[in-house]
Amino acid sequence: MSEPDRHDRLVEDLAGSLAPVRRLRPPGRRAVLWCGAALALGLLLLPFADLSGLRLRLAVPDLQAAAIGAALTAAAAAFAAFQTSVPGRARAWALLPLPPLALWLGASGLGCLRAWLAPSSGVADAEEMRGCFAFLVSVSLPLSVLLVLMLRRACPLRPTLTAALAGLAAAAAAAALLVPLHPHDATATDLLAHGVAVLLVIGLNGLFGGRLLGGRAEGA
Amino acid sequence: MAALAYRMPMPGPTWTRSDALPAMQARHATGPGEASLSAAMRAAQDGDAAAYRRVLRACVPVIAGVACGQGVRGAAVDDVVQEALLTIHRARATYDPARPFLPWLRAIAQRRAVDALRRQSRRPQEVHDPASLDGQEDAGPAPGQALEEGQEARLREARLARAVASLPAGQRQAVEHLALHERSLAEASALTGRSKGALKVNLHRALKSLRAALAPDREGRDV
Repeated sequence: MSEPDRHDRLVEDLAGSLAPVRRLRPPGRRAVLWCGAALALGLLLLPFADLSGLRLRLAVPDLQAAAIGAALTAAAAAFAAFQTSVPGRARAWALLPLPPLALWLGASGLGCLRAWLAPSSGVADAEEMRGCFAFLVSVSLPLSVLLVLMLRRACPLRPTLTAALAGLAAAAAAAALLVPLHPHDATATDLLAHGVAVLLVIGLNGLFGGRLLGGRAEGA
Repeated sequence: MAALAYRMPMPGPTWTRSDALPAMQARHATGPGEASLSAAMRAAQDGDAAAYRRVLRACVPVIAGVACGQGVRGAAVDDVVQEALLTIHRARATYDPARPFLPWLRAIAQRRAVDALRRQSRRPQEVHDPASLDGQEDAGPAPGQALEEGQEARLREARLARAVASLPAGQRQAVEHLALHERSLAEASALTGRSKGALKVNLHRALKSLRAALAPDREGRDV
């Protein structure tokens, strides 16, 4: 069979099997939906929050900046993931979460410095750090699954990049949701536990989410 | 709008840069062509098969142009065209009619071209790959030997074609889509309307039948 015939036949096959499709909502609106789901999860966790402690911690500038940075990183990374899942959108959207990520990491680092300079601050013991780690991973999991499922409706041409952004969004949202439940200040070891959990979530998303999204884009 | 307005010439099996030139010129098209494609794709999203056929046909030279521009050559361009057409089919819900169509199409074509180049670079150069033959001096076998090898290959191809043609329809479809055209299960499933499981079973049965039909001890009887 000659090649134009091969293309003609495929065109006929595809046109023959055509079914109407519902247009995908704009990436911004889909990101808002996911952020809403993350907020709903936060509301479910509210009964376990230490609200009086939260007010005190948020009065400290670096803790407040770290919390805002984590929440903005989650929103920006989710928006970037939805943008990169649509063909033809600029790859530069992937850079969008970098400024809030810098704020989040920078403010957390400052918190460590403050804890080192003022050791009277409440610091986490090993048991609490394990709790933080488990919280970050276990809250990131449903948020990642939801985000990857939403992204699968699109067609990410760079599935690993999109999945890694989804991992960053989920991990940052988990870190933001941890703030009301976090009974201690930031320390280097606490930051390390957070960093490992976030990298783990991004890595797992990049690996498994990338395959899932790649299957969608390539039809595997 | 007349269907012919979308019908662009389809070059032959071996694409070159000059074949793809009209498509490359279309890279900068923003006039009525762009608007018509966008409108036709919107109709296709609503289930208009005729509009979809026109859009896909118009996409072929554009995809080939993008693939050539990325450095894909020869028969691999047609593979990129096929892959990109399938991706367009899967991704059609992601097209936003408020935005221009060609950047959406070119992004898909570019990605599939890059995938093809990556696959090509991972694969060892094969002797039947025209690029590998172009790129090296070949002393070649003796004329008699080449003729003999050519005849043998033709005989093998004819036997395989006969064996595939004699398979039941479902098994033949599975072999054609999955083995000969190297489509994924999902693509083959979308094109044939059969489930992935049914395709796997059909392929397994077809390979068993083909193995039996092409076994060396049957060679004398079949040919």
